[in-house]
This record gives sequence, C-alpha cells and structure tokens, in this order.
Amino acid sequence: MLYGYLPSLLDGAWVTLQVAILSLLLALAFGLAGASSKLSTQLLLRLPATAYTTIVRGIPDLVMMLLVFYGGQMGVNLVTDALGWDYVDVNPFVAGVVTLGFIFGAYFTETFRGAFLAVPAGQLEAGRAFGMSRWQVFRRILFPQMLRHALPGLGNNWQVMQKSTALVSIIGLSDITWLADQAGRTTREPFVFYLAVCVFYLVMTAFSGLAFRWLERRYSAGVRRGTT
Amino acid sequence: MIEWSLFSESWPQYAAGLWLTLQLTLLSLAAGLLFAIPLAVARVSPNPLVYGPVWLYGYFFRGTPMLVQLLLVYYGLGQFEWIQAQWADGNRFWLVFRNPYGCALITFALNTCAYSTEILTGALRATPHGEIEAARACGMSRATMLRRILLPGALRRALPAYSNEVIFMLHGTAIASTITLVDLTGAARNAYSQFFAPFEAFVFAALIYLVITFALVGLFRLTERRWLAHLQPRKLQRTPG
Repeated sequence: MLYGYLPSLLDGAWVTLQVAILSLLLALAFGLAGASSKLSTQLLLRLPATAYTTIVRGIPDLVMMLLVFYGGQMGVNLVTDALGWDYVDVNPFVAGVVTLGFIFGAYFTETFRGAFLAVPAGQLEAGRAFGMSRWQVFRRILFPQMLRHALPGLGNNWQVMQKSTALVSIIGLSDITWLADQAGRTTREPFVFYLAVCVFYLVMTAFSGLAFRWLERRYSAGVRRGTT
Repeated sequence: MIEWSLFSESWPQYAAGLWLTLQLTLLSLAAGLLFAIPLAVARVSPNPLVYGPVWLYGYFFRGTPMLVQLLLVYYGLGQFEWIQAQWADGNRFWLVFRNPYGCALITFALNTCAYSTEILTGALRATPHGEIEAARACGMSRATMLRRILLPGALRRALPAYSNEVIFMLHGTAIASTITLVDLTGAARNAYSQFFAPFEAFVFAALIYLVITFALVGLFRLTERRWLAHLQPRKLQRTPG
C-alpha cells in the first residue's frame, strides 16, 4: 500500500501527533497564565497580557513560526557566544511546538477569560465563607466550573490548532506533510500522498471531536439544559 | 545592530508582496462568499441529495489543513496524465492549475467558501420562526421569502463570525509563499535569505499584517454598527428628576 511508504507516513503521523499534543499543553499553560493576568487587578500584569493577545492574534502563524525558527537561532547564538558556550541548535521540532503553543495560548487566553468570568462570584464568596483557602476555592469551585464554560471554545481552538501543525513542514520538520511531499516527488504520484495526509487529518480531527464531546458531557454533569 | 539597509533596499519587494497578499485575500473571499450563499441555502434543505454533497465538501475542506489542500492542487493534479494532456493541448481552463497564482486563488476560495457556508448555514438556521410564519402568512413564495426575509437577516447575523473568517484568510494566504509566490511572507523570506537578518525581515512583515488586521477589525466594527444597529446595547432611558 502507498508503494511501501506507509511506515514512513506513519512515522510522520506520530511526529505530527507529538507536535499537536505538546503544543496543546503549552498553549493551555500560556492560556491559563494569560487569562489570570488579564483578570488581575494589577495593571502591570494586565497590560502585557493584553498586548500578547492583541499582537499574536494579528500576525499569521507562518510568519511567527519563521520568526521563532530563524530569529530564535540567531538569538540563541548571541546568548551562547556571550556566555562562551558551545553552539546550540534550535531544531524545527522545538521551534514548531513553542510557536504553536505561544500563538494558540493567545486564543486560549480569551477562551479561559470568558469562562472564568462565567462562574458566579457568589459561589467563590461562599467558598471563602466556608473557610476554604484561595487555592481550595480555585481547585474545588472555580476551575471545574470554568472548564465547563471553556470546553466548547477550547474544542474550536484545538480543531484550528491541529490543522496548523502542518506548517512545521515548512521549517523542515519531518512531519506527515513533509514526508508525503518527499514520497510524492520520488514516486511522481504526489496526489495520492497528499490525499493520504488529508485522510490522516480527517481522522485526527474526528477523534478529537469525539473526545471533546465526552469531556463536555463529563464536565456538564448536573447541568440542566434550557431546551429539550 | 539593526540591519537598516534591509528596510531601505527591500521595501519595494515588501510593497509588491503586500499587493499580492491583498489580491489573494480579497479575490478569494469574494469568490468564496459568492458561492457560499447558494451552498448555505442548499445546506439547510431537508433533502439529503441536496444537503449531503454540501456537507461532504465542508467536512473535507474544514477538516484538513489549507497547506495540504494547496499542495494537493498545485503539485498533486499534475500527476494525472489526462490533465497533462489538457496542458499540452493548451486548454485555457486546465492551464490555470499549472499557474501558482491560479492554484492559490482556487484553493483559498474553496477553503473560505467551506467556512463561509458553515457560518451562513448557522445564521440561516437562527432565523426566528415567527419571521418565516409571517412571510408565509403574507403569501410569499419560497424564493421571495429567501430574498426578502431569510438572506438579509442571515447575512447580518453572520457578520461577527464572518469578520473572524476574513482575518483568518488574510493570515492564511501566508502559505502562498510555499508554492513560489512572492506575497508579503514570500518577500520577507527573500529579504531574510538576502540579508540574513531574520528579526528585521519577519518583524517588518508581521507589523504590516498587524496594521491590516487592525484596519479590518475597525472596518467590521463600523459595518456592524451600520447593519446590526438593532442589536446594539441601548442607552438606558433616564427619567427626569
């Protein structure tokens, strides 16, 4: 099947999956940190977070990735030269994960911010009145309910993000798109291989759609719907 | 430290790249929206033979990366002997698929059309039932109802979501630089390899994208104020005294 290139494509699929999942984790971290800063009463925290979401969402992801990959290498070289260290290589895997995490962190920030605001303040006050510490209120009351409001938005962001992982092939990471490109050139049947990549992405997005539906059901246990 | 000569020497390339980016964005959006309107109407039809193909089209184009779609069209189609024969015959229509500009335009238009169809479908479905009943009670035919009631309302309701789609398309066209086109991103990549100054080259392009994004966001805010005036939060009426 696929002229013996199937194992190679599966290797690429595994790379794509790793990029997707690691950048998702990074984006969740950036998103939570960004949302907490944006909701802070401190202007010094709010201002940089607002700048982050405004600027990042105004620039194409490919331009950002090229900037991080090529510019990051130059920045790292400057630092290592100044400190007298050996050459450190910025590889496309790290550059891809960092860029995707950083970009989608800005979208997640907005999603989390709305979700935090959707939790009624009275519940947090009630928690404090019961003598819970701020951390306990966060962990027991704020976070689980916030997640319910955030999940539909996160699901949409994640769908967009999975498709953006294909961009790492442009900075030379051997993900599924890059390997399909190579196989297509060798066999002179590029259509077949790009179509295989499409099937992979359709399967991946379909599975994560199912996973998000399960999570949404789990986190809205006990919620009564307005209709039906 | 900063490579100033990059700006003074390559700004004409950036300007030309910007022009190409704007062309690709606006033409594909216009073509996409034009086809999205009939497709959205087909998508809300109760007949599976009508809505099925539209659903499938949307599922494919919204479930796969636009980069892979672009490569599929530009590099992929050339593998078929039938298309190669059309190229050899000088068939005007199929020769478009040999040209990177044509391929980019067609792929982007197909992609944005799929998303716009989905946005418009949602807006059509959100039509209040009372409006449809009233239109029927007035004796409107289905076509008249579509033209006078359903589409004007749906297009307005679609505006906020569509403004996001426009920004996504502006940013999405950056991948045109992977099929030899020199758009704004392509100009930045060329300037980078010429001067080996990645920060200057890509930050310059990023700033231009940022300015256009802000301009588009402002433009849509004005459009929404005009066309969604009835949904704006109303000022509270103050009672005298």
